[in-house]
Amino acid sequence: MHSADRLARLFLLPLFLFVAAFFLLPMVRLVGVAGSGPNGMAEYVAILTNPRHFATLVATLALSAAVTAATLAIGTVVALFLARNRFWGRPLLVSCLTLPLAFPGVVVGFMVILLAGRQGLLSSLSMGLGMGRWVFAYSMAGLFAGYVYFSLPRVLVTLMAAVEKLDPALEEAARSLGAGRFEVLRDVTLPGIAPALMASGAIAFATAMGAFGTAFTLATRIDVLAMTIYTEFTLNANFATAAALSIALGLITWAVLALSRNLAGGGVAAAG
Amino acid sequence: MTAPTGAAISIAGCGKTYPDGTRALSPVDLEVKAGETLVLLGPSGCGKTTLLRLIAGLETPDAGGRIAFDGADVTALPIEKRNVGMVFQSYALFPNMSVIDNVAYGLRVRGVATAARRAQAASVLTMMRIEALAERRIDQLSGGQRQRVALARALAVRPRVLLLDEPLTALDAALREHLRSEIDALLRRLAITAVYVTHDQAEALALGDRIVVMKNGAIAQVGTPREVYFRPADDYVAGFVGITNRLEGIVRNGRFETAAGILPVAAPDRAKAHLLFRPEAVRLVSPAEATLVFQVAQVEFQGPRQRVTLNAGDGARIIAEAPADLDLAAGAAIGLALDANRYTLA
Repeated sequence: MHSADRLARLFLLPLFLFVAAFFLLPMVRLVGVAGSGPNGMAEYVAILTNPRHFATLVATLALSAAVTAATLAIGTVVALFLARNRFWGRPLLVSCLTLPLAFPGVVVGFMVILLAGRQGLLSSLSMGLGMGRWVFAYSMAGLFAGYVYFSLPRVLVTLMAAVEKLDPALEEAARSLGAGRFEVLRDVTLPGIAPALMASGAIAFATAMGAFGTAFTLATRIDVLAMTIYTEFTLNANFATAAALSIALGLITWAVLALSRNLAGGGVAAAG
Repeated sequence: MTAPTGAAISIAGCGKTYPDGTRALSPVDLEVKAGETLVLLGPSGCGKTTLLRLIAGLETPDAGGRIAFDGADVTALPIEKRNVGMVFQSYALFPNMSVIDNVAYGLRVRGVATAARRAQAASVLTMMRIEALAERRIDQLSGGQRQRVALARALAVRPRVLLLDEPLTALDAALREHLRSEIDALLRRLAITAVYVTHDQAEALALGDRIVVMKNGAIAQVGTPREVYFRPADDYVAGFVGITNRLEGIVRNGRFETAAGILPVAAPDRAKAHLLFRPEAVRLVSPAEATLVFQVAQVEFQGPRQRVTLNAGDGARIIAEAPADLDLAAGAAIGLALDANRYTLA
């Protein structure tokens, strides 16, 4: 073996130690903890057969799917508009749209409460109009709003880059062949940015699955997986269930990311 | 298919100014005959692509401009309503569709049933001799194949006008020449009206029924390839198409007088004039028979012919082509004969 190779391996050692300390060991420990309860390794089955946990799992998946769909829909429209129109104040608008990147989940939750909480903007507005009190901050709807707000910048930045990379001649060619706006969107634009849609959708999904700060700020009774794990772990000291739920959360999110990576051909990484 | 299948295009007062104030095209008037191949030739930024995009309907002309196909005003129609075929420098093939789906796309958006449109697309592929590529993905094609597919896609909808925007620029030289003659044969066979944008003079001369030479957003000359080549309207056109010789002088009493001698011309007196002609437009003769006499500066033997550099008395140099068997030696005097239809006096 070359001495240069040996040196290279030596330099890789810190990486191995890092992976072992912060990834392998905790994962193995987590799997072990999940099996240490009264149910043993059957704990994994137990979380699926426990109606409350199962409902939480389904609700979290549904919320994340809805957040992903909404974020992609809004993101696509805004990205198409921003990538194709040049107007005064556009750079400022783009940088404002990426502002939520800087906020932790707790701030996003706080903003949702300011908007749709009991003393929030929507509440005063609807009261003033005599339409009753609109409050949805402390529910799944509030969480949905918060997560969309939180994920939009990431999705938007990715989609804008993808739209700008599309050859404008592609759409012009489709139009020359008689395609209208809808057909151009369906047959050319969306297929053209499909990899970016898969990639940014996966990020939005993973963020919604695992985010905790926003849910914790809004209400302690929202049944999403991250909250349930927190409750089982800190309040009930039910380590085995918390660990099993964590593993389930991790596996599902990982599977979705892996799936979209396969479909999109790389470039997907979890964030948030 | 010998009768013209394309529309005549009439362009009247069409200019284009962009919102930021840049004038890409000064108002131009231009008629394209049905079935004709018109080449828009010029360097980048001369307005040729803008003019093409106006004809296509991808841009709208400034107020007052009017574009008509076969007499019907299409100025307000967007490209999707104009029934034009378009071929781009970047090919612009849909990467999410196979070759045949690309070619059938225009028929698909017109609502032609799957079987019928595939059959029609297949016949266009056969015409282009690329039927073997039908099921390929776009990323499995070479540049030349891609541009053939793009042509097939544009032709599949039987457009009234075929618009080509530098279709060969992205290809390497050998393939460019090959595909150029293929396109030429195709356009003649289909007798379709075609507008072809290029910055390559060889392409323009080979393909065009007529050439529009453009400069700074305006038309510098419109003419057949021979007219543009042999009788360029001005220095700019002459310099852009081929090698041009230039002799300075004056016109007096029906004679162009220059350092190398005189040439009888049919032109009014002028204190400052220049004579423009091509290297191959001249005949080298014995000095005794000629009114223009030069000194041979350099002889370059090229096989079928020789290229000769000649000195005029005032330091001007011209380039002439001579038959390979003409005996020429550097330093010798040589006469130059120039027929009246082979030069431009400007």
